[in-house]
Amino acid sequence: MINWLANPARFMRLSAKAVPWCGWAAALVLAVGLFWSLVVAPPDYQQGDTVRIMYVHVPAAWMALSVYLFIAVASAVALVWRHPLAEVAARAAAPIGAAFTFVCLATGSLWGRPMWGAWWVWDARLTSVLILFFLYLGYIALANAFDDPSRGGRAAAVLALVGVVNLPIIKFSVDWWNTLHQPASIIRIGGPRIDISMLAPLLIMAVGFTLLFAVLLMLRMRTALNERRAMALRLNAGPVHAPRPAREQAVSARTAVP
Amino acid sequence: MRDISAFLAMGGYAAFVWPAYGVAVAVLGGLALFSWRRYRESIVTLERLQQDHGRRR
Repeated sequence: MINWLANPARFMRLSAKAVPWCGWAAALVLAVGLFWSLVVAPPDYQQGDTVRIMYVHVPAAWMALSVYLFIAVASAVALVWRHPLAEVAARAAAPIGAAFTFVCLATGSLWGRPMWGAWWVWDARLTSVLILFFLYLGYIALANAFDDPSRGGRAAAVLALVGVVNLPIIKFSVDWWNTLHQPASIIRIGGPRIDISMLAPLLIMAVGFTLLFAVLLMLRMRTALNERRAMALRLNAGPVHAPRPAREQAVSARTAVP
Repeated sequence: MRDISAFLAMGGYAAFVWPAYGVAVAVLGGLALFSWRRYRESIVTLERLQQDHGRRR
């Protein structure tokens, strides 16, 4: 499976077909999800209409965690097997994960103000998610910090793997410490503890966000591969009758530059 | 009309619900737009380089 997907040319062929399908599916599902969240779903008996923030906040939080896990797995594959697409995938995913994490933090703040009376509290759940956001920023900064992109990619991959320790801390922070944040009500032993009228839009939004992630990931990976080929062509161009060494350099640059 | 204003009022929480959705649309929509434009640019650049390259040979 890994070897089969390792071929960038095959990825370009498959993703060319998948991007429009995924894109339209994401738009459709998100449109339905937004309508359901804002219009169809009932207000909460305690929280009133602020509960609608949940339909953005919770899927964004799920994406923040799962995209980080995706980056960590891709980084491990890149470090261990030198899979040519894994590092491209990890780099492409990082800004998307950072965006989801930011949305999670911002919507959480806007929900916390009316319900808890504070925009922000330094408790375990909020702080660990803030650290996740900084991990994303650190990953992006490190991946682009070196003149030699492959060195930056390796350093960033190590950071991504070290940062994985934060994921279980986020997940279980609401059980391990006293916190204002409510404990898990969907992914818990004994099944979801939420009414179907609210669970439905929540899951639709989660599917929509996942499709959005898929399409943006493929788009950004295709961009990276295009840019890499453009760079190889530039290196290859040189004078009209390029001497042999320059050509060999260009070939090695093509394999080394992510 | 009343229905729409009641909908926009969000049970008195309009100041929190609408910005929350606004942030999500702005951040994720912005990222999508930026990614799409950079993708188009990468295609244009690559095609130009490939044409130049073909002419050289």
